[in-house]
Amino acid sequence: MTARRWAAVAAAALLATAGCAGGENDAAGGGASPGSGGARGSGPVTVLAAASLTESFTAIGTRFEQLNPALDVTFSFGGSSGLAQQIVSGAPADVFAAASPATMRTVTDAGDAVGAPVTFARNQLVIAVAKGNPRGLTSLSALAGPGVKVALCAEPVPCGAAASKALDAAGVRLTPVTLEQDVRAALAKVKLGEVDAALVYRTDAGAAAADVDGVEFPESAGAVNDYPIVALRDAPNPAGAAAFVAFVRTPEAQQILADAGFRQP
Amino acid sequence: MLAALRLSLLTATLATAACLLLGVPLAWMLARVPFRGRRLVRALVTVPLVLPPVVGGVALLLVFGRRGLVGGWLDATFGFSLPFTTAGVVVAEAFVAMPFLVISVEGALRGADARYEEAAATLGASRWTAFRRVTLPLIGPGVAAGAVLCWARALGEFGATITFAGNFPGRTQTMPLAVYLALEQDLDAAIVLSLLLLVVSVAILAGLRDRWLGAT
Amino acid sequence: MSALDAHLVVRRDGFTLDAELRAAAGEVVALLGPNGAGKTTALRALAGLVALDDGHIELGGERIDGIAPEHRHIGVVFQDYLLFPHLSALENVAFGPRCRGVPRSRARAQAAELLARVGLAGQAGRKPRQLSGGQAQRVALVRALATGPRLLLLDEPLAALDARTRLDTRAHLRGHLAGHAGPTVLVTHDPLDAMMLADRLVILEHGRVVQTGDAATITSRPRTDYVARLVGLNLYRGRADGDLVRVAGDFTLTTAGPQHGDVFVAFPPAAVALYAARPEGSPRNTWPATVAAVLRHGDALRIELTGPITVAADVTPAAAVQLGLEPGRPVWASLKATEATSYPA
Repeated sequence: MTARRWAAVAAAALLATAGCAGGENDAAGGGASPGSGGARGSGPVTVLAAASLTESFTAIGTRFEQLNPALDVTFSFGGSSGLAQQIVSGAPADVFAAASPATMRTVTDAGDAVGAPVTFARNQLVIAVAKGNPRGLTSLSALAGPGVKVALCAEPVPCGAAASKALDAAGVRLTPVTLEQDVRAALAKVKLGEVDAALVYRTDAGAAAADVDGVEFPESAGAVNDYPIVALRDAPNPAGAAAFVAFVRTPEAQQILADAGFRQP
Repeated sequence: MLAALRLSLLTATLATAACLLLGVPLAWMLARVPFRGRRLVRALVTVPLVLPPVVGGVALLLVFGRRGLVGGWLDATFGFSLPFTTAGVVVAEAFVAMPFLVISVEGALRGADARYEEAAATLGASRWTAFRRVTLPLIGPGVAAGAVLCWARALGEFGATITFAGNFPGRTQTMPLAVYLALEQDLDAAIVLSLLLLVVSVAILAGLRDRWLGAT
Repeated sequence: MSALDAHLVVRRDGFTLDAELRAAAGEVVALLGPNGAGKTTALRALAGLVALDDGHIELGGERIDGIAPEHRHIGVVFQDYLLFPHLSALENVAFGPRCRGVPRSRARAQAAELLARVGLAGQAGRKPRQLSGGQAQRVALVRALATGPRLLLLDEPLAALDARTRLDTRAHLRGHLAGHAGPTVLVTHDPLDAMMLADRLVILEHGRVVQTGDAATITSRPRTDYVARLVGLNLYRGRADGDLVRVAGDFTLTTAGPQHGDVFVAFPPAAVALYAARPEGSPRNTWPATVAAVLRHGDALRIELTGPITVAADVTPAAAVQLGLEPGRPVWASLKATEATSYPA
């Protein structure tokens, strides 16, 4: 096993636990008033974001901190629905970026958002297969073939909802071997070779391009995911939250997202 | 949801049976037979106690996965692979719960007087007979306590199971996994499920304790 | 039936057992020695629970030292009996025959009969913890004999019993040992047990046999201080020239029989008489001594004396009062030559 594969495994393991470990960020430094540190505030900004945003948001965060040295962004990536649940339960966070409007609705319905969420990116599904596509899986219907092991996201998770939408659109019925708790866990099963294919976001397949190939399929157009972002009502750092939400929509941040494989809204 | 509860009870029981089958002889070796590398074996047996279960699940994948050391051979020879099967759940649970049994039984063995085995030997009992007819009854309470702990740990297993065996209703979705996923969707359902698991576990543990340990 | 011929060599850090042991069929041999002499190690080696580092064990002409304990057909009564606590007396006795392939019902019937023979028919269903010490001892003995062992080993069979039960059990035990056709080896640190139960004594000290013989020989002619103390004799080693034995420096004792060369001289403490002044008529074997200690010894008092030789003397309490015996008091000691036996070392 190569060192890279080990790293991938370790990362998958960490991601799998991230969902349980939410709300660990430190709120003690929060609450800086907008006036004290200029319009964009200062101190830590805590962003809860969907697992599929891991690479692009990390890059955006770095750039954001360069432009706003007073701010310090902390991310907690995980399954969108889990993160939404944490926010509703009172996790001290400033910004929430979800992988679907449905999960965002959990937060807005609970009245935990400031204003209406904005869609900042779109993602669509691809079939993630092992490098070189050894089993020649090129369509959704091929996934239903005998002996093909498929991992999907669980239904409550956006990638799971998108997957069942796409499968319905294609008229394909398939029985996955596992319903993973977030998109990265599904992808990890492909990387480890435990399944032959998984339906994941295009961006996730891109982030793991060293180990997996992403196979595009036409039905994915019918199951495009909108990624909404919103500042949170109980944000310890409201100014920082507003600044980050605004930055994500700048051309610079949009370029980073596009490079990762996201579509513009 | 009842399927998840049933699967949890079934796999935890099977995992306990597997642990008894493997763990009791192992504990006996650790307690009675001086051999080279005994410390290492004991450390390996106890390692799942300190290992985060998720890491344990990854370790199991590396060994029993489709591309794993043993799993690769299994898959190539028999076309059989453990991950995503109920058997996989049992393996993951047994792996994590085994130390509880081995430590408990080894302790009981160390506390038991080895001279009873010698007495049995002078009466013509082979090692196996002496173990079965003398030692095992003597350490019965220790074995029972270990089995109960083992079962309880297996019932609550989450990390290694979801990593190694995945999550599919009716096949690998045990109660803790169901609770976790329900948590993403519906907090109230998750609470109800947790309470259900709690009540069933307490009822079974209380029953076992009275029957197995109360008698001695 | 088979005879035992063993040379047991077992090495432990700082301790070596190197003992030859023989026992004829039907003979009871007692291994007697102080704590740590290696008695139990010898017994365990015979049973196969400790491996020999050297030597051999032959039973009826067959080498058995390479055989696992479960195949040696040796019955062992352990010091604290080691009755299996989860089995009844009956099941304990039936255990051996069951292991040797006797069908369950026959093994149980046989066990019941054996227990009845030692007067425990009513206790057959009891667990060991419900038995008295004496009963447990009998169950242990019957359990060891139930398999018809070729050799019977007993490790301190009476040590766990209180004084009264001990007397009783000793008499019973003697009867049962007589019924065992093979050789019996008995380990004890109690000379009384050894002499009452055994035909022959083997004295073990520091892992070595220092003396063997029947009770009469051992008690009258001890060869080590340990044995002399056990049988209550004063013992000296010296060089004989006729009746005279030089035992320390130029101190000589006159003894009963003429010997030559290296000898032991032994005499009982009661043979030593004490006087306040040098006795009249100057008998031989008279020397000045000092009282070192005064101890109770049965009805008499035992006086430890220092002087040219260290000696123990038994006197009546009346005599002790009359002589004013207390530590530090100088006295004259005298010994009749007829009471002192000498024998070759």
